[in-house]
Amino acid sequence: MKKLINAPDAVVDEALAGMVAAHGDLLRVIEPNVVVRADAPRQGKVGIISGGGSGHEPMHGGFVGMGMLDAACPGAVFTSPVPDQMLAATKAVDGGAGVLHIVKNYTGDIMNFELAAELAQAEGIKVASVVIADDVAVQDSLYTAGRRGVGGTVLAEKVVGAAAEEGQDLAAVTALCQRVQDNVRSMGMALTSCTVPAAGKPTFEIGDDEMEVGVGIHGEPGRERRKLAGADEITEALLTPILDDLPFSSGDRVLAFVNGMGGTPLIELYVVYNKVAQLCAARGLTIERNLIGSYITSLEMAGCSITILKLDDEMTRLWDAPVNTPALRWGA
Amino acid sequence: MSEFDGAAFVRFLRTFADRIHERRDELTQLDSAIGDADHGINMDRGFSAVRAKLDGLDATDLGAMAKAVGMTLISTVGGASGPLYGTFFLRLATAFGDTQAADAQGLGTALRAGLEGVVQRGKAALDDKTMVDALVPAVDAYEAAAGDGISAALEAAATAAAVGRDRITPLVARKGRASYLGERAAGHQDPGATSTTILFESLRDAVAGS
Repeated sequence: MKKLINAPDAVVDEALAGMVAAHGDLLRVIEPNVVVRADAPRQGKVGIISGGGSGHEPMHGGFVGMGMLDAACPGAVFTSPVPDQMLAATKAVDGGAGVLHIVKNYTGDIMNFELAAELAQAEGIKVASVVIADDVAVQDSLYTAGRRGVGGTVLAEKVVGAAAEEGQDLAAVTALCQRVQDNVRSMGMALTSCTVPAAGKPTFEIGDDEMEVGVGIHGEPGRERRKLAGADEITEALLTPILDDLPFSSGDRVLAFVNGMGGTPLIELYVVYNKVAQLCAARGLTIERNLIGSYITSLEMAGCSITILKLDDEMTRLWDAPVNTPALRWGA
Repeated sequence: MSEFDGAAFVRFLRTFADRIHERRDELTQLDSAIGDADHGINMDRGFSAVRAKLDGLDATDLGAMAKAVGMTLISTVGGASGPLYGTFFLRLATAFGDTQAADAQGLGTALRAGLEGVVQRGKAALDDKTMVDALVPAVDAYEAAAGDGISAALEAAATAAAVGRDRITPLVARKGRASYLGERAAGHQDPGATSTTILFESLRDAVAGS
């Protein structure tokens, strides 16, 4: 294992300390490992919190700040955080208007957030939850844990964070978050595996001429292994199931998000985006907004994911609203 | 042994914590194949925290001990295993109440309550390819053999857990991260059912070693 770390057990804590050192104007870290917006709690504003395993940076800590998250709960690498963290986060950001938990659909995340919500409600804080489950690579059926929460989470956090910032109440931001979830679909692929620091070796072996299609964000094997193909063919293999699923139809206005998995350079993401733009145009979709870069990653995995969100006027307006976080910043 | 007391509980927790530590890489390896490569790491973190608390526990109160273990696991393990194993021990705590020692029947009642807690929290059923597939046969076997005493019942439970663990290896998973893999999960041993089997083997050996 070759990594820029001091000790596997210290990675999360030292990275959080680094974030505070770099972005102390935007955020602080409170016990037990919760990233909190510097000016939280804001009276009368709905608190927006999310969380999940570490290793997906900048998600979620990098999205704490004005116009996005009020707090983020980072667990160990690829491991859901514990309820104590979400409870502390909920208490730290509650300004009397309630708190929304944005939860990615993984068995552990769901259970730990549920426990935290029960504990917070017992202390008199209004808590609502929305589960993001946008990965079309997983069949949504009684026979799976349901679709994973992946790239759609980033878009939900931005749009919903903006709504809370402009003063929408808990019921409104919850409904909006659900609307984003209902209108967003994603799919990802991997060229290489990744190495969990504490495990010390790659999660899976993969040949030089192979790729994993339908991967999540935890180095877990994908739906199937295929022979490596060119970027255009890969893009089509990811985008077609997304567009067919919702389904997106001619005339729809969308946000197209091409995301790097952590080990893929921006130049390759633009190669992918070029094909995404062509394919969307061929289907009669208007890409009204886009996001290109590594925002929800899987450590050093090479690969990408594509997320398409069907926009409406309110979502577009909230996407454009000012945001000031370590990872996303405009208009502020 | 006719009763399961605080000393046996402590022996069990030490044995289980040691074995999880020894087999941490094996559990993580199993999880790499069909999950996210953290089961051994997370369980070891949680039970190391439990081990660190053992000396401070009141060994005359089974319920208080089980509650402390459950709360520690929920606060330190994370993932799905934290709430599931944590809930298991919290339900044991409720079933034990403030008793100092449980007879064969009492331990069986507690194990059944623990199983019910895990099923409620995780919503998994038999054949979903989870820890429940080791837990259900273990508790069933325990109850069937409880008339022969604690040692015999735990012997039966440990054997049944291992049989359950191996029985589901060919299956496709329907809960947890392994369910994302579809047919690719078939043929892989389940990490959760493996750690649950280690739990019952530790319980058996801690009681036999008294």
